[in-house]
Amino acid sequence: MAEIAVHMTRRLAGLSKWCRRNPITALGFGIIVGLGILGLLAPLIAPYDPYALNPREKMQAPSLNHLFGTGIFGEDIFSRVLYGIRIDFGIGLGAVAIGLFTGSTVGVIAGYYGGRIDEVCMRLMDIVAAFPGFILAMAIAGVLGPSIPNLIIAIAVVNVPVYARLSRSRFLVIRSSLYALAARGVGASDVRILAWHLLPNSLAPIFVQSTLQCGWAILDAAGLSFIGLGVRLPTPEWGVMIGLGAPRIITGQWWISFFPGLAIAITVMGFNLIGDGLQDLLDPRRK
Amino acid sequence: MEEPATSMLRSVNDPLRPGVNSSGERVLSIEGLRVEFRLPDESTEVLCGVDLTARPGEIVGVVGESGSGKTVAALAVVGLLPSAAHVSGGSVRFFNENLLDLDSRQMRAIRGSRISMIFQNPRASLNPVFTVGRMLREVLLVHSGLRGRKATVRAQELLADVGLPDPSAVMRRYPHQLSGGMAQRAMIALALSSSPDLLLADEPTTALDVTIQHQIIQLLLRLRKRQNLTQIVITHNFGVVAELCDRVAVMYAGAILEEAPVGRIFEAPGHPYTRGLLSARARVEQSSGIRSIPGQVPELKNRPTGCSFHPRCEHARDICRVSTPRLESSAPNHSIACHRWRELAQ
Amino acid sequence: MAAFVARRILLLIPVLLGVTVVTFTLTRVIPGNPIDLMVSPLASEETRERIAENAGLNDPIWIQYLRYIEGVTRGDFGDSFVTNQPVLDDLTSRFMPTFELTLFAMLLAIALAVPLGIAAAVWRGTWIDHVSRLLAVFGVAMPVFWVSLVAIYVFFFLLHWLPAPQGRISVMIPPPDRISGLYTIDSLLTGNWQALKSTVQSLLMPAAVLAFAAMAPLARITRASMIEALESDYTRAARSLGLPESSIVFRHALRNAILPLITMIAIVYGYLLGGVVLVENVFAWPGLGRYVYNAIASSDYPALQGFILYSTTVYVLLFLLVDILYVLLDPRVRL
Repeated sequence: MAEIAVHMTRRLAGLSKWCRRNPITALGFGIIVGLGILGLLAPLIAPYDPYALNPREKMQAPSLNHLFGTGIFGEDIFSRVLYGIRIDFGIGLGAVAIGLFTGSTVGVIAGYYGGRIDEVCMRLMDIVAAFPGFILAMAIAGVLGPSIPNLIIAIAVVNVPVYARLSRSRFLVIRSSLYALAARGVGASDVRILAWHLLPNSLAPIFVQSTLQCGWAILDAAGLSFIGLGVRLPTPEWGVMIGLGAPRIITGQWWISFFPGLAIAITVMGFNLIGDGLQDLLDPRRK
Repeated sequence: MEEPATSMLRSVNDPLRPGVNSSGERVLSIEGLRVEFRLPDESTEVLCGVDLTARPGEIVGVVGESGSGKTVAALAVVGLLPSAAHVSGGSVRFFNENLLDLDSRQMRAIRGSRISMIFQNPRASLNPVFTVGRMLREVLLVHSGLRGRKATVRAQELLADVGLPDPSAVMRRYPHQLSGGMAQRAMIALALSSSPDLLLADEPTTALDVTIQHQIIQLLLRLRKRQNLTQIVITHNFGVVAELCDRVAVMYAGAILEEAPVGRIFEAPGHPYTRGLLSARARVEQSSGIRSIPGQVPELKNRPTGCSFHPRCEHARDICRVSTPRLESSAPNHSIACHRWRELAQ
Repeated sequence: MAAFVARRILLLIPVLLGVTVVTFTLTRVIPGNPIDLMVSPLASEETRERIAENAGLNDPIWIQYLRYIEGVTRGDFGDSFVTNQPVLDDLTSRFMPTFELTLFAMLLAIALAVPLGIAAAVWRGTWIDHVSRLLAVFGVAMPVFWVSLVAIYVFFFLLHWLPAPQGRISVMIPPPDRISGLYTIDSLLTGNWQALKSTVQSLLMPAAVLAFAAMAPLARITRASMIEALESDYTRAARSLGLPESSIVFRHALRNAILPLITMIAIVYGYLLGGVVLVENVFAWPGLGRYVYNAIASSDYPALQGFILYSTTVYVLLFLLVDILYVLLDPRVRL
């Protein structure tokens, strides 16, 4: 027992030292992990049913009863923002996962086969990248119709070229260094071991990119939902909630839009801080 | 202010070999120079008491492996140390002024006009988006107030002086359109634009082909002959020292271990490190494989106690591990920082 | 130079062709039968068939595509289902408002971000560097449509400094006579101070909101490339020549840092083209963004298709301009 305790404290000491050295990255991790926990515990924390309408208490300013106030149907904004974590994180992570999977498949296929196939794949990626990102996502979402899966697909497609290019270049780097090793007479089993060592190194930039893209995906998702192209009412998605409150801004009911937007800003900031911090850590020039 | 070209070169009163001018006048005299790199959590001394002098017209070589602090010493002289580096002691006298006392404005007035510097990678030293002429004109305007036609004429003279054919064509070129040798000549022309008293050359030939190296060395020698230009040449190459220098200081781990006239160093090297460097060079020349002194230059933050060379020295004794040897005179003009130089000389 | 531009334009053709394939596919194939969108659901089977035949929807898909391409090259993007006008005319008439908004947003962003980036690079690690980093982090994290709403709340509702969202100019004031189509320029040229005041008041908030979003990447790239330039060998050499620090920062280093900045400006402009859809929607700005929003809301596919093709072409041409600027500004780029 004591041994485990010592081990744990040592671990924690190491973690706190790392945090002190990388306060920005640590802050980002803190934000994301914190929000993630809040989202998971939403049913326990949320004081109201996020879907409950209460016309008698509509558009009330923030108070102890309703921390973030109530919306135009009397819904509790705080509860909806909490449940929104699940929706928006889900969309962000889903879009990144699909984009990453598709993009790196294309990239590795292009890198592996080279020649014609490479050329075709990369020119295809050029075409997708030629669109201004948000506008392409808007078009896809608009055509597919508003729903969460369609929204995820729309945002994922836009990010595919980023991952395809990145994974293709990383793949080529790994392959050439393995070739170099094999040429120097390193045995096949050793080459396999080395490949495992090279992999994390090469995946690091892709991981950084994914973190940054996660923030972008949430922003785009909220933007699309705001103009009615993504998630529909009554789903407690942050962009939709901002859109609901938008007409009320000029009449002074700021809280309806303000808190969901703040949630987006903090979330995206969290992902960006992690991404930026990791990017700095991986930058060889920093040493 | 229109003057013929030749008179713009510093006139040479004393045609004799420099160094012979033993009036004691010093162009540069560095004494006990200490520099440390300060990072938030640690501080590392990279120069620990460097002494170096240069008399008018003298070409002094500073030799050492990379990481020995040669470049830091040169940058300290011109006041261009990186921001983490701080001078923590000593003095740098340029004629009668202590450069370390000057503020950045006064230092800037000296840089490029009275002390100039050239660098290892000549093409990277020239701004990629400016032509040679554009650079020369700016330097001439800043230091000599020349502009327009006068600046153009002067720029062409300077380029011709460093042996660049067709100066007006060179002026229109961008750095990437120059060969390494041409770029180094252009850099020298820039450095000499206001006839400095001292030229610091940091590995001026390292990045160049062998034949070009030789040409640049000839150019530097010619500059000394013609305008009595004092030079401090930083190099790791004893060949450059032999061809170019009058006197040489051997640097190791931020300190000078030996200093002597060039002929003397080759005939009778006193410090085991110098001997090691010279024999390593000899071995390379006999192409019996590249072998240098065993071991590596110590990391400066884990500097060995005592003589910093002792971990690699085959002659090391207990005293070498404890006490740091000081430079002492072993012969006229020859000093060595080694506890055992007397025994080893036999 | 002309040959270079011609070659670059030739290289654009396959990309733009690919783009048309995407827009065509998006609007013809995926939403099922386009005829449902063109005809009232109550129409008889014969009417549907006749309209489909007339619209060429019964031809093989590749014939339809060729017809589409042929139309596009003639500038025929089809007619909007909503306005019943040719889509290209609709787009052209809405281009100038969007151009005015994005232009001022971009100019504002550059005017703020570049000095900030330079200062952050020169005084690295000081408070100004931290402020610029913080600003960058916030700037990219906040949704533009939300910042728009917050700005309206603060500057209209609370402070009454700026008018409520009213489009390009107050409805009470007649727009300036058309010369360039940019209200700011036109009201200046015609000396119409009343219109100018209202135009600037209307423009200020949406342009500032977009600029805030665009600033962050511009300041970051300026900082990064200035640091690279200031730490380069040529900067050290320039310092060794005794050149004044102002010249080193603003001439020697900045001249090199401008190249990556130009690329970033083009990338950010693409981002603005997306953001403007959201911002125009909030500020009732009668530009392309609002047009496409309405097109999507009413399933006006020709309009959507036209807009995407239009803005993508603008975006692609912008990168052509960047390439040309590189040739002019970077002597290392060979023609």
